[in-house]
Amino acid sequence: MRIIFKTDYMQDIRPWKDGYQLSLYLLLLLVMIAAPFVIDDFYLGELTNVFVWALAGLGLMVLTGHTGQASLGHAAFLALGCYINIILIEQGLPFMVAFPIAGVLTGVIGMVVAVPALRLHGIYLAIATLAMSILVDDIIVLTEPWTGGVGGKYAPSVNVFGVMIDRWGTPREFFYLVLGVTVIVTLGYINLLRSPLGRSFIAVRDSEVSAQAMGIDVARTKAISFAISCGITGLAGALMGLFSGAFNNETFSVVISIQLLMMIVIGGLGSIHGAFFGAIVVGFLPQFLSISKEWVGGVFGSNTVAIPGLEFGIFGMILIMFILFEPMGIYGRWLKIRTFFELFPFYRKDMFKRQKSYLKTERLR
Amino acid sequence: MDNLQLLISGLANGCVYGLIALGFVLIYKATEAVNFAQGDFMMLGAFVTIGLTNTEYMGLPFWLALPISLGIMALLGYLLDRFIIRRMFGESQTSVVILTIALGFVIRFVAGLIWGHEPQSLQNPLAGKELSVGGLVLGLEDVAVIVVTILLTWGLYEFFNRTKLGLAMQGASQNQLAAYYMGVPVKRVQGFIWALAGAVACVAGILFAAKGAVDPNAGLMGIKAFAAAVIGGFGSLPGALAGGLIVGVIEPFASRYIAAGYSQIAPYALLLIVLIFRPHGLFSQVRIKKV
Amino acid sequence: MSILELDNVTLKFGGLTAVNKLSFSVEQGEVFAIVGPNGAGKSTVFNLISRFYDPYEGSIRFDGHDLLKQKASGVASFGVARTFQNIELFDHASVLQNLLVGRHRHRQSNFLSELFFTPSVKRQEMQNRQLVEEIIDFLDLQAYRDKMIAGLPYGVRKVVEVGRALATDPKLLLLDEPASGLSVEETSDMRWWIDDIRRQMGITVLMVEHDMGLVSGVSDRVLALADGAKLALGTPSEVQSHPAVIEAYLGKAS
Repeated sequence: MRIIFKTDYMQDIRPWKDGYQLSLYLLLLLVMIAAPFVIDDFYLGELTNVFVWALAGLGLMVLTGHTGQASLGHAAFLALGCYINIILIEQGLPFMVAFPIAGVLTGVIGMVVAVPALRLHGIYLAIATLAMSILVDDIIVLTEPWTGGVGGKYAPSVNVFGVMIDRWGTPREFFYLVLGVTVIVTLGYINLLRSPLGRSFIAVRDSEVSAQAMGIDVARTKAISFAISCGITGLAGALMGLFSGAFNNETFSVVISIQLLMMIVIGGLGSIHGAFFGAIVVGFLPQFLSISKEWVGGVFGSNTVAIPGLEFGIFGMILIMFILFEPMGIYGRWLKIRTFFELFPFYRKDMFKRQKSYLKTERLR
Repeated sequence: MDNLQLLISGLANGCVYGLIALGFVLIYKATEAVNFAQGDFMMLGAFVTIGLTNTEYMGLPFWLALPISLGIMALLGYLLDRFIIRRMFGESQTSVVILTIALGFVIRFVAGLIWGHEPQSLQNPLAGKELSVGGLVLGLEDVAVIVVTILLTWGLYEFFNRTKLGLAMQGASQNQLAAYYMGVPVKRVQGFIWALAGAVACVAGILFAAKGAVDPNAGLMGIKAFAAAVIGGFGSLPGALAGGLIVGVIEPFASRYIAAGYSQIAPYALLLIVLIFRPHGLFSQVRIKKV
Repeated sequence: MSILELDNVTLKFGGLTAVNKLSFSVEQGEVFAIVGPNGAGKSTVFNLISRFYDPYEGSIRFDGHDLLKQKASGVASFGVARTFQNIELFDHASVLQNLLVGRHRHRQSNFLSELFFTPSVKRQEMQNRQLVEEIIDFLDLQAYRDKMIAGLPYGVRKVVEVGRALATDPKLLLLDEPASGLSVEETSDMRWWIDDIRRQMGITVLMVEHDMGLVSGVSDRVLALADGAKLALGTPSEVQSHPAVIEAYLGKAS
């Protein structure tokens, strides 16, 4: 049992609880920095993929996890970030300029899109963003002169501080690029969460009326949340484009939108950890499935046959299990386990009890 | 004459959208949940019927297979509510949405396992027959689709607004606790409505597979049907049908008069326009939280 | 000097008149209570002041400002804070975070400075934290500081909501049924707190309350409402013995 004594207001303001926790995170970062020297290129690629997804997850987490606005259309912003980045590079801008512009521009577009969406609540917002995602898919095809349409585009090597980085040629450097962006975004995210803006997001999520009564402009806060969320997603999209090497409208289909939302639900809504946990599930599930298929094939002596839709089927089942039995996602489960050990033997089963409410409509007829 | 032909086939397509949309609205009206797997229910219903009727599977006579598959789908709907949805009592609407999306993935996967991924058609007594009215040649299937849809919508509308059970369902949706205290068996009502939605999805699936071919990804059509439900005003049964018809008609005309690529875009563009100007659907329902 | 003035305010929901030509004013530094049977329009008056509803006619002025020109989120910036009848806390945040949201109207930082958590943001947060701690001390919430709202008992939530309103550093505090659902003991705590809020902090309190013990214990003046209109206005004992009030509560004596 570990007890934290609070003797300083700074303890509630800084992002870590005590030196022990800080050293754990630093250790994790060190392990990640060492990873390219330990694992082979294939698994390094998978790890890079996990971080790209985590970055996209962080983007959606701002909006859905912390501001409570479900979006089923974030693949649209992945696509925007990706195409803006590549088109700017093709216009001759260096990557180090094009990449941030891709993020900022996607954020601005996200905010503009958000303005009409602000009037929508819950399910209506979800369906509007879903429609947007489908539209962007088609718009990419229709704007072929810029986007290459169905034929798609190829990602060039990019120059970062004089180092040419390419997904296949220099996987190690590419991994560090993705890791660096993810760490910087995560730190910024942490800073926002401990500032008034992050708290106003949470306020809007949990109760719009009392957020207003506390002087928070709900519409403005949602718009800012949209902008930040889309900005981060745009960065993730740009990296996703570089990672996949070649991409077209299908790369950012509506299924990716749905998968992204499911991912952060599995990881745990409303926590930065959740984005990472969810990305680990999404990133490693295909590997895990192919390994277990081989194993099953080995045991029963049959050939391994490709089963289409298996990945999504399993993914769906995992999600259903989580929503039914652990609505707070992997992060929630992790918190419970951690609390169990920290408080041992005083853990109570109802410590994380969720509040349920009977359905009562506010419809007026 | 060409346009009329286009209109009829658009209407027939729209009827299938409308029927899926009906399922959305049924469940929404009675439980305020949104079942995103409704499209996959439709696909499953189609495959169950194909599995019973088509000669390469069981080869039962169509009119015998029909009630059996309706029963199977209704039972599935009921079981789904009994074992999964009911546990979601008191959770947020968005969690239910995500749950049903995941459920759609699972259904698609299972259907693919059982019936494969090739598009299949339902062998039915109306196949290939034509009806010609004053120079207009109509597929008998298209006519059947339109007639069945109108009858079903009318029946459900009457049921909801005239019978005691229908009214109880509306009550249950608006205030679960109050309805419970008033003696409405809320849980049983919910189970019934999910069974009904399963059966309606099955009808949609049969009509869809009869006039075309169905594959496991056909369930994604549910998204378009959802758009239709919202355009028609979520919460109104005739509205759902109207929305479905609008979407069904707008598609062929958009591809004809604008460009081929636009038939996909038109319904969603329309949806966004509707949502921007009437944030709660054409049939307005005001939501103001009372504090 | 009156700090809040409602003049001839009317609100209609469809054909129903919820508030009918209501005029009253709250003096600086007093505790002003609104009583009345259910559905009399008490909470509606609060929602009008909070700008959740637009009145059909009339004016609402606070401290020299026309509140009707403000958005709902602008009301707090003048120093009006409120609690809610059915508790509207941020359920999935800790008590500390809830109280800190109350400091939002004093935010000096902007998006960029917060993103980098500059020293000035840090200073602001230190100050917020300190002010919130004073409120935690005042309301005896130390034990719950890091607890999630969702797991707290009802009585504690009620107090946290008062704390969150106090954290905005208001001039006027609107309490919507502060004692409903509280035990006798908690109600008497609430009574002392309201007294202290007025005396020590110099905050004007406007409250809606059913518990006549609490009302007559703390309030200077009481307004009795029925069907959205003023029945009686005066000291607690005057209002309680007013024939129209007795009639509204107990019916006409035959």
